[in-house]
Amino acid sequence: MTTVPLGPRGGLLKPVADGITCGNPVLCHALGICSALAVTGFVSTTLVMGAALLFVATASSFLVSLLRNATPFRVRLIAQMVVISVLVILVHLLLQAYWFDMSEALGPYVALIITNCLVLGRCEAFAMRQGPIRSALDGLGSAMGYALVLLAIAVVREPLGSGTLLGVAIMPAGYLPARLIGGPPGAFLAMGLVIWIVRTIWPQQEPAVHPEAR
Amino acid sequence: MSSTLNTAAVILLAAILTNNILLSRFMGMCSFLAVSRTMRTSWGMGLAVTFVTVCTALLNYAIYHGVLVKGAPLCPVDLTHLTYLVFIMVIAGFVQLVEMAFERFSPALHQALGIYLPLITVNCAILGVNVLMIDPDRSFGLLETAAYGLGSGLGYLLATCVMAGLRQRLEHADVPKALQGLGIAVIVTGLMAMAFLGFAGVVEL
Repeated sequence: MTTVPLGPRGGLLKPVADGITCGNPVLCHALGICSALAVTGFVSTTLVMGAALLFVATASSFLVSLLRNATPFRVRLIAQMVVISVLVILVHLLLQAYWFDMSEALGPYVALIITNCLVLGRCEAFAMRQGPIRSALDGLGSAMGYALVLLAIAVVREPLGSGTLLGVAIMPAGYLPARLIGGPPGAFLAMGLVIWIVRTIWPQQEPAVHPEAR
Repeated sequence: MSSTLNTAAVILLAAILTNNILLSRFMGMCSFLAVSRTMRTSWGMGLAVTFVTVCTALLNYAIYHGVLVKGAPLCPVDLTHLTYLVFIMVIAGFVQLVEMAFERFSPALHQALGIYLPLITVNCAILGVNVLMIDPDRSFGLLETAAYGLGSGLGYLLATCVMAGLRQRLEHADVPKALQGLGIAVIVTGLMAMAFLGFAGVVEL
């Protein structure tokens, strides 16, 4: 899964750093793209989504790792799904109880954290083999990498698409919001541009094998 | 009855064209980027998604209205907080069952769809359709639910197949090195989403 082999002796912070940089889930592995595109129209929704994913990824990696010796191999995916869905339900109920507007704004995408391949991918690839603390940090790192990419997209999309930043109008009066940027096509284009920029700066993020495309 | 049929037809069309699950809601992007490399895999994955979406949407519709909602005939207690857990378990269980059934009764179908089925459990398009259909603002009936599931699946199939065609052309294009693979695929999808915006206003969901 990760591009860098993780030796058992790597420091505790290594998984965190890897998740943000060379093992970045969104940019390297194309994981979790659907919510990355859906919530980045506004910075506020992006922040909440990032926080929710941070919590779910960290807690699920921790719990899955704790349970890894008690989980029969054949049902491990179902077990991981149960852990993740319970955590997502927790987030959903908390949002509905204390921040209803945000819950409405995020719509179905909170529920879709369950099927966010980033969370399940980290559980399957890392937490099933490593100790709870290291796994939690790995989940944290991946989620932070995810949140940072989302934030980078949202900071561009919100001013162009709605003329605001965190709900405050920042564009000059008379600026007509470009609805295309705020809508689905802009999400795809912004995502493509971010990938382009990052891979130009750090070319090692290029996937090594390509011939499989044929 | 005919008005229900009419609504169902509108929902079907809207789910394919204007409210395409992939291009307007970004659901199923991960698998979309992975399988749209060739036409054969897109076709297989698209059919598998369509089939599983329709079946799980109907199953979950029955469970949601029969058991989970407050005052449901089988269990009057409000269990809606368990919705996501139940839905994903139904999807996972259904996919497993279908895989075994195909393997046993229809090796040809298993050959065609088999390898895509395990991936489908974590395809957010399926869970997405299931979560969207219970939205209280829409109050879908049985027929509308079936139409919405079918339309969403077909919309996914359409988008992946079109994308596969485009990507075959891209093989011969001179793409900047840093943009190859993931980058150009996402941008092309953006252009496709823009083209689909042309359908806006034809039908409304």
